[in-house]
Amino acid sequence: MKAPDFAYARPASLDAALALLAEHGEDAVPLAGGQSLVTALNMRLSAPGLLVDLNAIPELTGVSEAGGAVRIGAMTRHRDVGTAAIVRERLPLLAAALPHIAHPAIRNRGTIGGSVALADPATEWPACCLAAGASIVVRGPGAERRVPADDFFQGLYTTALEPGEIVTAIEFPVPGADAVWGFEELSRRHGDYALVGLAATGRRLAGGLSDLRLAFFGVADRPVLARAAAAALEAGDLAGAQAALAGELDPPDDPTTRAATRLHLARVILGRVAAKMRGGSAQEGGPDGV
Amino acid sequence: MASECPDRAHAVAFTLNGETVRAHVPARMHLGDLLRQSFGLTGVHLGCEHGVCGACTILVDGRAVRSCLMLGVQADGATVETVEGLTESGRIRDLQDAFHVRNALQCGYCTPGMLVTAAELLDDADAAASREAIRAAIAGNYCRCTGYHAIVDAIASTAEARRQGRPNAGREAAE
Ligand SMILES: Cc1cc2nc3c(=O)[nH]c(=O)nc-3n(C[C@H](O)[C@H](O)[C@H](O)COP(=O)(O)OP(=O)(O)OC[C@H]3O[C@@H](n4cnc5c(N)ncnc54)[C@H](O)[C@@H]3O)c2cc1C
Ligand code: FES
Ligand code: FES
Repeated sequence: MKAPDFAYARPASLDAALALLAEHGEDAVPLAGGQSLVTALNMRLSAPGLLVDLNAIPELTGVSEAGGAVRIGAMTRHRDVGTAAIVRERLPLLAAALPHIAHPAIRNRGTIGGSVALADPATEWPACCLAAGASIVVRGPGAERRVPADDFFQGLYTTALEPGEIVTAIEFPVPGADAVWGFEELSRRHGDYALVGLAATGRRLAGGLSDLRLAFFGVADRPVLARAAAAALEAGDLAGAQAALAGELDPPDDPTTRAATRLHLARVILGRVAAKMRGGSAQEGGPDGV
Repeated sequence: MASECPDRAHAVAFTLNGETVRAHVPARMHLGDLLRQSFGLTGVHLGCEHGVCGACTILVDGRAVRSCLMLGVQADGATVETVEGLTESGRIRDLQDAFHVRNALQCGYCTPGMLVTAAELLDDADAAASREAIRAAIAGNYCRCTGYHAIVDAIASTAEARRQGRPNAGREAAE
């Protein structure tokens, strides 16, 4: 199918983009990598009057580190996020997630800001943001604000973003020396959206794991922090952690994958990630290891 | 440069297969349609028009992209290469020969996208070193004739020949 008619503007600065969004109100939408938006236009699922292309705004790209945080500009492409030297060194969780995002041609064009703004519950970056305790940096007509990932993702394709606001960057705290992480995803075919995935961070201490953040995706209307499972794992009880997931995740039931199957798979990948974070081999996945 | 004020058609200029070209493009037209309709580059195949099938894959500024998911107006100022340009420059001649030799061409509908995806992958011969890596990279290109095995063979043998500094191996075998 072909996209409906719309107007297009390519402002050269963030202020100009914000002014266009303010002037045109709900009729205007930002265009980032277009890997979801142009799809929606081609399928006529969306009919905005004006696309405000963010691709010519230099201040929205790039990866930098300052004051204990890694700042990733919203327009940084998936591929450039995952391959940036700072990310590989400081945020290996993101580098591990990259190959699971779609296919090379889509990773070359899609952006981290677009993915976070869209908030598809089955995608990798929102879950990584949640696991890593990132903040979403947002600019609107007023001042810049920082929204913790915990509060940003509010439901199916729903975020704390107000109309007329633009995600400008994502800020990740730099993990400490004892930090550990884990990432696992199961999908029908490499590059497909996740049936279930887990992005996790924590600290490995002499006595075990602490400060665990287990962000599951593909199992609810948004990425979900499994707090009871994290507490059980910190107490060294993997089976208890796996059992706790039933009360914390609300997987969708669809014609190809039943909710119970997704829950089972969530337990499997929790076993794998827990083993990795404890420093053992990923094969020690527990009773469900497949 | 594309105009900054909202307007339904835009003048664009970009490098297409090595030549500077100009066009007047409606905002709603995707780059795949622009290349086919205004420049006759029908090697750019359109299948799904929502990023899934990969038949429309081209190189923009050296990177593989879905031409159905980029607007024509966004090509302004870019360097665009289609399978026609890659063929004329001889840059993927070894890969094309390997497709021929390995019988990786069937109906050929997916082939331009496969070649472009592989061209980018082969830029880093180490990245194309394993069959798993090749399979992961081309998983985003649907082949209705299900010729994946032969396609993986062709890409793998090209990567191997390039690593050994024998880029003409496929051509010699074809002759
Ligand atoms: C075949 C296919 C497979 C895919 N598989 C995956 C996958 O496995 N995992 C995954 O994560 N993604 C996947 N995607 C989606 C892809 O990663 C998208 O690129 C991403 O979800 C959206 O990012 P974008 O930059 O392309 O945004 P766009 O498509 O340009 O925009 C998406 C939405 O966000 C808004 N928006 C964009 N940027 C901003 C901003 N800075 N501030 C405010 N609003 C903004 C837009 O207005 C629009 O509503 C897939 C896409 C395709 C076509
Ligand atoms: S036509 Fe572009 S990916 Fe299918
Ligand atoms: S050769 Fe027929 S679709 Fe791939």
